[in-house]
Amino acid sequence: MAENATVWEVFIQSKNGLAHKHVGNVHADDKVMALENARDLYTRRNEGSCIWVVKSEYIVSSETEDSEAFFDPSNDKMYRHPTFYTMPDGAKHI
Amino acid sequence: MNEIKFQDRIDAEIKIEPKDWMPDAYRKHLIRQISQHAHSEIIGMQPEGNWITRAPSLRAKMILLAKVQDEAGHGLYLYSACETLGISREELVQQLHEGKAKYSSIFNYPTLSWADMGAVGWLVDGAAIVNQVSLQRTSYGPYSRGMVKICKEESFHQRQGYEIMAEMAKGTAEQKAMAQDALNRFWWPSIMMFGPQDSDSPRTGNAMKWKIKRQTNDALRQDFIDKTVGQAEVIGLTIPDPDLKWNDERQSYDFGEMNWEEFWNVVNGNGPCNKQRLAHHKKAHYEGKWVRDAAKAYTKKQELVAN
Ligand SMILES: [Fe+2]
Ligand SMILES: [Fe+2]
Ligand SMILES: [Fe+2]
Repeated sequence: MAENATVWEVFIQSKNGLAHKHVGNVHADDKVMALENARDLYTRRNEGSCIWVVKSEYIVSSETEDSEAFFDPSNDKMYRHPTFYTMPDGAKHI
Repeated sequence: MNEIKFQDRIDAEIKIEPKDWMPDAYRKHLIRQISQHAHSEIIGMQPEGNWITRAPSLRAKMILLAKVQDEAGHGLYLYSACETLGISREELVQQLHEGKAKYSSIFNYPTLSWADMGAVGWLVDGAAIVNQVSLQRTSYGPYSRGMVKICKEESFHQRQGYEIMAEMAKGTAEQKAMAQDALNRFWWPSIMMFGPQDSDSPRTGNAMKWKIKRQTNDALRQDFIDKTVGQAEVIGLTIPDPDLKWNDERQSYDFGEMNWEEFWNVVNGNGPCNKQRLAHHKKAHYEGKWVRDAAKAYTKKQELVAN
């Protein structure tokens, strides 16, 4: 059997102004085919206004297994959240 | 140790992702189940593809074409999910061709009349929906996300089938007879799509423990029957089961004995269309080889030009 075609990850912007969101992947040999396959597979019902495709091999991911240690630096910084602060009684629009 | 941590995550309803540690048997079970599901979507295009060129109107033809195209998409979502477990699409197709991987037996029945397009959409997609809705909560992330996407697309499949049945059931006496005949032929194979009874289903234990399956075969089957009986009544068709009867105590329908001998016979390759379905898939795959080769050669050439 022929070797596997390249796998591309697909990101779709559902509407102008929104962020692209990962929806899955497609097999394709080149970028034009990847875009066309992504269109046929993931936007049969007007789900998108723009598609990105990226070769899967270029995606770098953090590990879920040590996610705790990886995300640790943000754990103790409650002062980054607005709820951390005490507002005087009667203060409005803040 | 790993195994205990894994089960804890499952019990806490935390999804398992491709890079997470998982027991070998969990991975194997998933590959078997997801590939079987993917192959079913793809092989399932054949019985309906059979009627695209003979659809009774342009409207019917466009709908059927879109439906079959969706099934191709479902197959691809599922192959993608399966590949995250470390098996290539080529291997998956090869397993299908060698008969090592199965697909749903329902697609080994022929589609003899236009009414069968109604019965397939209404019953076969209907049964698939009950199963797939339940699988949205499966423990493996990529499978679960695939199911969510598929479920969004399925409901038009069932409705277009039911519409065909309803139209024919209120048509001429001959049309109504065709609809009833389609229901007669597809009813039992459809309720057997949920697989053997729980008492004869050896793999259910692990699948439930690992939350790959969320409900047993019998529970899903009962759910489907309870939903469907009323729909048949509304359009004036009769479900071909003399033992079908509302059970007030269980708040469910009792139903007759399924013919498991026929079921296993079809699973084991002796259904009316097993050979034809597989032969057609192989033929399409081999006849498409030059296209895949050409695409690869073109990419190589582009790379050479660029460098
Ligand atoms: Fe489907
Ligand atoms: Fe469907
Ligand atoms: Fe399906």
